[in-house]
Amino acid sequence: MTRKLTRRQFAAGTAASAALLAGSAPFNIVRAQGAKLKIGSIHPRSGFQAQLGIACQRGIDIAPRVLKMMGMGADIEIMSADTESNVDVARSRAEKLINDGANVLIGAFDSGQSAAIAQVAEQKGVPYIINVAAAPQITEQGYKFVFRNFPTAPMLVGDGLNLMKGVFEKSGITPKTAVFMHVNDTFGQAMAGAIKAMAPRFNLPFQIVETIAYDPQAKDLSVEIAKAKATGAEMLMPVTRLNDAILMVREMVKQRWEPKIVMSPGAPGFYENQFYKTLGKFSNYLLTNVPWYNPRSPITQKLLDEFTKSYKGELFELNVGFSFEAVMIAVDSFTRAKSTGGKELADAIRQTRIENHVMAGGVLQFNEKGQNVNVKSVTLQNLDQRPKVVLPLDISEDNLTLPMPGWSKR
Amino acid sequence: MPPELVATVALQGILTGLVYGLMALGLSVIFGVVRVVNFAHGEMMTIASYAAIVAFGAWNIDPLLSMVPIAMLLFALGYVMQSVLINPFINRPEHSQFILLAAVAIVMVNGLLMIFGPDARNVLVDYSLDSIEIGPLLVDKVRVITAGMAILITAALFAFFRLSHTGKAIRACADNHLGALVIGLNVKHLYALTFGIGSAIVGAAGAMMTLLIDTTPNIGPVFTLQAFVIVIVGGLGSMPGALLGGVLIGLSEAMSGLFFAPSAKTMFGVAILILVLLFRPQGLLGRRP
Repeated sequence: MTRKLTRRQFAAGTAASAALLAGSAPFNIVRAQGAKLKIGSIHPRSGFQAQLGIACQRGIDIAPRVLKMMGMGADIEIMSADTESNVDVARSRAEKLINDGANVLIGAFDSGQSAAIAQVAEQKGVPYIINVAAAPQITEQGYKFVFRNFPTAPMLVGDGLNLMKGVFEKSGITPKTAVFMHVNDTFGQAMAGAIKAMAPRFNLPFQIVETIAYDPQAKDLSVEIAKAKATGAEMLMPVTRLNDAILMVREMVKQRWEPKIVMSPGAPGFYENQFYKTLGKFSNYLLTNVPWYNPRSPITQKLLDEFTKSYKGELFELNVGFSFEAVMIAVDSFTRAKSTGGKELADAIRQTRIENHVMAGGVLQFNEKGQNVNVKSVTLQNLDQRPKVVLPLDISEDNLTLPMPGWSKR
Repeated sequence: MPPELVATVALQGILTGLVYGLMALGLSVIFGVVRVVNFAHGEMMTIASYAAIVAFGAWNIDPLLSMVPIAMLLFALGYVMQSVLINPFINRPEHSQFILLAAVAIVMVNGLLMIFGPDARNVLVDYSLDSIEIGPLLVDKVRVITAGMAILITAALFAFFRLSHTGKAIRACADNHLGALVIGLNVKHLYALTFGIGSAIVGAAGAMMTLLIDTTPNIGPVFTLQAFVIVIVGGLGSMPGALLGGVLIGLSEAMSGLFFAPSAKTMFGVAILILVLLFRPQGLLGRRP
């Protein structure tokens, strides 16, 4: 049976539809399928962490182009903010980004700043993807909107100690004694604590004969190296930042201390551009166990090509890779959620399962705490004044070279 | 602990301390005469360091050579700063002088940040990583050279103040300001000259420092504080006191790093400062007011 629509009924229906549309319009405008995803990138681009924050930002900036080339193009807008290497500024910038319409936040390189941003994101119900920061407590708070693609400090140390055994096995050189030197800041102390707690479980073949903590503002490490040298240890295990890593190696050369192995259990310094520029041939043969990009992944190659084109002379390293992947996670989730709503995006991120990605490790996925559980470290060795993956063998770029040649034989 | 380790560390500490002493000497000279504490001291040294880095990067000039024109440049900067900026504040309360020079320091740090960025920069000359063997001891060659230069510059400055007419006139201003005015000395010019000389010394120290440490714009305030500690320990206004203070701080840092914890080095330097303030407030070689 067909009913004729009267003029009065049509007018009432139209009015009701208009009212319904008007009532739900704000939600429809913001969250409609095909809407633009606004990504708030928040990093320390000035202050003492500026170099590293800028490296992260580069990974974010080239992500839209590379993702488009990979067929993952989505309508996205990058909104950038500078934390000035300061926790309080990080918090206020995160609030501003959200107030300005950011649907998802990515950052922030530093654990302290990331923890502050996480509080804001959780409070406002906006998903936050941590690209680089290792303090474990950030993903132990029961947050629903916070996700981390980077390993926690215990994961870093666990991987680092495991890889050490691999290095000894592959090279046939097993040191009996080691000196542990670490920068005396939050990160250095967290790493020292994790190593102390976890080392017995890994049944390491060497004994740590001396632990030397030094000032993060140190201008000179001559005393520290003299003390380390006097132990006669066969291995140096340093946890450094960039500037102190340069000071440390320079002082080792001056004092002619040549341990068989210098291997960082998981810290920055040795694989950074400035390190190679400053130390030249003396930067070679040092080892670092660190989460790194998979050089054999096709996506890495695409990203590397684009990075080299965009930033000539700059080093493609982990900060770039993890930051790119954070955008990849956001875009992938947005595509599946078909919404820019905080809850919908967070649910989609929780369901993430990306098999082909940039960083070494298994399938990119998060546990119930929001932590990527499959990210893995590799062993890097500085060869030809650049970092090369030497372990695990299935993604290695070069052969492990040990013992280290003496400083005067280079 | 092996005795050669203790001897090596002690020697390194003394050599480093001599360069610290040279850095602090400029501060001491300026205060001794003009009675103004230069709160932009470390920042001026950082400017000199960047000048040496630029000279090395652009023309491959060794900082031990470029320190001569850099010292002259800093002399000019110091002379102008005193004549134009600081002189009107000479008779104002000390907090006004402090705010003025603290503001100058902030401008300098941020100016350097804008020009050079936050990255650490350094100078690597052929002998940067060389060491000298003295019996069982292995001593950093750069430290030996820079410490030698520090002693030479201090001796030259001492001779200038003792033997030259201008040096004597400056000392006269320091001893009796009113008397200097009465006998017709151009006190304003002599003050500016003193500020220039103090700045030239810090310029030479800054150039040499590039051979020892990496330079960042933010290192200025650290050196300002360190210079204060040194001159207060040695005696504010005393030239030999500045060197002695530098050596004491350098040695205490080295030995505390060796026997206690390296991360406590700064703490021991400051502990010496507290002891000196308690038991000899005028400093080890300072005169009682």
